[in-house]
Amino acid sequence: MNKSFLKYILLGFGFAFLYFPIFTLIIYSFNESKRVMVWKGFSLKWYVELFKNEQILEAFYISIKIASISATFATLLGVMAGYSLARISKIPFRSFFIFISTAPLVMPEIILGLSLLLFFISANNLFGLPSSKGQLTVLISHITFSVAFVAVIIQARLSSFNKSIEEAAQDLGAVPNSVIWKVTLPVILPSIISGWLLAFTLSLDDLVIASFTTGPGANTLPIVVFSKVRMGLSPEVNALSAVIMLVIVTIAIGYYIKTRNKLDVN
Amino acid sequence: MISILKNFKFWFVFTPYFWLVAFFFIPLAIIMKISLSVSEWGMPPYKDILTTDEVTGNFIINITSGNYAFIFSDFFYLQSYLNSLSLAFTSTLICLIIGYPIAFYVAKSKPKTRNLLLILLIIPFWTSFLLRVYAWKVLLQGNGILNMILMKFGIITEPLSLLHNHYAVILGVVYTYLPFMILPLYGYLVKFDLRFIDAAHDLGSRNINTFFKVILPLSLPGIIAGCMLVFIPVVGEFVIPELLGGSDKLYFGKIIWNEFFVNRDWPVASALAMSGILFLIIPIVIFQISYSKYNFKNE
Repeated sequence: MNKSFLKYILLGFGFAFLYFPIFTLIIYSFNESKRVMVWKGFSLKWYVELFKNEQILEAFYISIKIASISATFATLLGVMAGYSLARISKIPFRSFFIFISTAPLVMPEIILGLSLLLFFISANNLFGLPSSKGQLTVLISHITFSVAFVAVIIQARLSSFNKSIEEAAQDLGAVPNSVIWKVTLPVILPSIISGWLLAFTLSLDDLVIASFTTGPGANTLPIVVFSKVRMGLSPEVNALSAVIMLVIVTIAIGYYIKTRNKLDVN
Repeated sequence: MISILKNFKFWFVFTPYFWLVAFFFIPLAIIMKISLSVSEWGMPPYKDILTTDEVTGNFIINITSGNYAFIFSDFFYLQSYLNSLSLAFTSTLICLIIGYPIAFYVAKSKPKTRNLLLILLIIPFWTSFLLRVYAWKVLLQGNGILNMILMKFGIITEPLSLLHNHYAVILGVVYTYLPFMILPLYGYLVKFDLRFIDAAHDLGSRNINTFFKVILPLSLPGIIAGCMLVFIPVVGEFVIPELLGGSDKLYFGKIIWNEFFVNRDWPVASALAMSGILFLIIPIVIFQISYSKYNFKNE
C-alpha cells in the first residue's frame, strides 16, 4: 500500500513536470491578448494569424521538405553503415570507420555546424561548389548527422538478431546478395522505419546546425521560430505549439490503439 | 575487380564511408587547419597555411599555435568551458535523480499500463525541442504563471525574476533532456528480471540494500548510456542558455557562436571547437571503440 502510494506520487509528479509547460502554452494560445501572459478572453485569433503568416507557412514547407529528403538519404546510408558495423569484419581502417560513423552522435551541434559551414566555404573557394548556401547545404548537413543515429539503431538490431537465420538461408542455397534482400532487410524493417522517423524528427527539430549552414531561401521552421522568440514572446508561436501537439497526440493515440489491439490478440 | 563491384558488401561499406569522410571528417580537418592559421582582415578572415612570397617566390608556411595559446591564457574562455561542464554535470545528476524512479516504475508496470506510460513519455520528446524551451520562457516571465501562483498563495509579494539566470538554464536543460535519460534507463530496467528482487528479499536483504547491491549495478549500462546522452550535448548547448539564461554565466556554445558570428574571428572559433573536441569527444570515442571491440570479440 505504502509502496504503490509512493509510486503514484512519483509518477504523478514526473508526468506533471513533463506536461505542465506544454499545457500552459496550449491554454495561452487561446488568449485574445497580444501580451502573452495577460488573459483577456478566449479567442482563436492567433490560429487565424498563424495560418495567414506566410513566413511561418513557407518555413514549415521547407522544413518538411528537407526533413523527408534528409531522412530518406540518412536511412539509406545509415542502414548500410549499421550493417557494415555489425556484419562485415573486413573494413579498411575499421577503427576509423567506427569513429566517423559514431562520433557525430556525441559531437556538440555547434561544433558540427561550424565545421560544416567552414567546409562549404572552403569548397566554394576551391571548386566553386556549392555556389551558395541554401537548402542543399542544410540538407547535406542534416543527412550527415542523422546517418550515425540510424546506423546505431540498425547495428543494435542486427547484433541482437541471430546470425544463424542468415546462415540457414545460405545453407539452403541463397547467395549472399539475395540473403540480404530476402532475409536480413525484411527482418530489420521495423528498425529501418524507426530510423527514418528519428532522422525525420532530428532534421525537423534542428536549429543550431541549420543556422550555420542556411542561406537565402532556406529558413527552416526552427530558425523562424527562434528569431521570433529570442527577444520576447509570440502568441503565434503558442498557437503553433498547440497545432504540433495536436498532430503528435493524434499519431500517438493511433499508435497506442494499434499496439493495444495487438497485445489483446497476444 | 568487377566481382567486387557486384558485391553489395563493397557498396554497403563504401557509400557511407565516402559520405562520412567527405562531410564529417574533412570538415573537422578544415576546422583543425583554420585553428592553426593566422587571422587577418578580409574574406575569408584568415591567412592560408601555405602562401608564396611575392618577391622570392618561396613557399611560406603560416602556422601558429597562437590561437590555442590565446584561449588557454585568457581565463574568460576557460571559465565558460567550466561553466558548461558544471551545467552539464548538475543537470545530468538531476535528470538521473528524477528520471530513475520514473523509468523504474514505468518498467515495472503491467504491460498495458506500461505501453500507455511509455507513449506519454515519448510525446514531449517528439514535440519540438525549441518549443519546449520556449514554454519555460513563458512560464518564468515576470508576469508568468509561476509568479502568479506564488503571489496568489501569498508566498511572495512581488514577482521574482525567475528568468535570465543560470537556475533557469538548469531547469530548461533538465526539462528538455529528461527523456534522453529515462528512455535508455527504461530500456535496461524493462529487461530486468523481477525475480532478482524476490531472491534478494528471500536471502534477507532489505529494500535499500537490494536497490544498491542488486538493482543499481544491473542497470549500470542504462545509467551510463543515459548520462552520456545528457552530458555530452549539454556541454555544447546553445539554445537553452540563449533563451533562458542571462549574463550571469557564459557558456561554451555561446562563446563559439559569438567568436564566429560577432567577432568574426574564425581561427579562434575553430581553436575553441577543436579544444572542445579534444577534451570531451576523444575520451568518449576511445571508450566506445574499446567497448565495441570487446563486444565483437565476445561474439
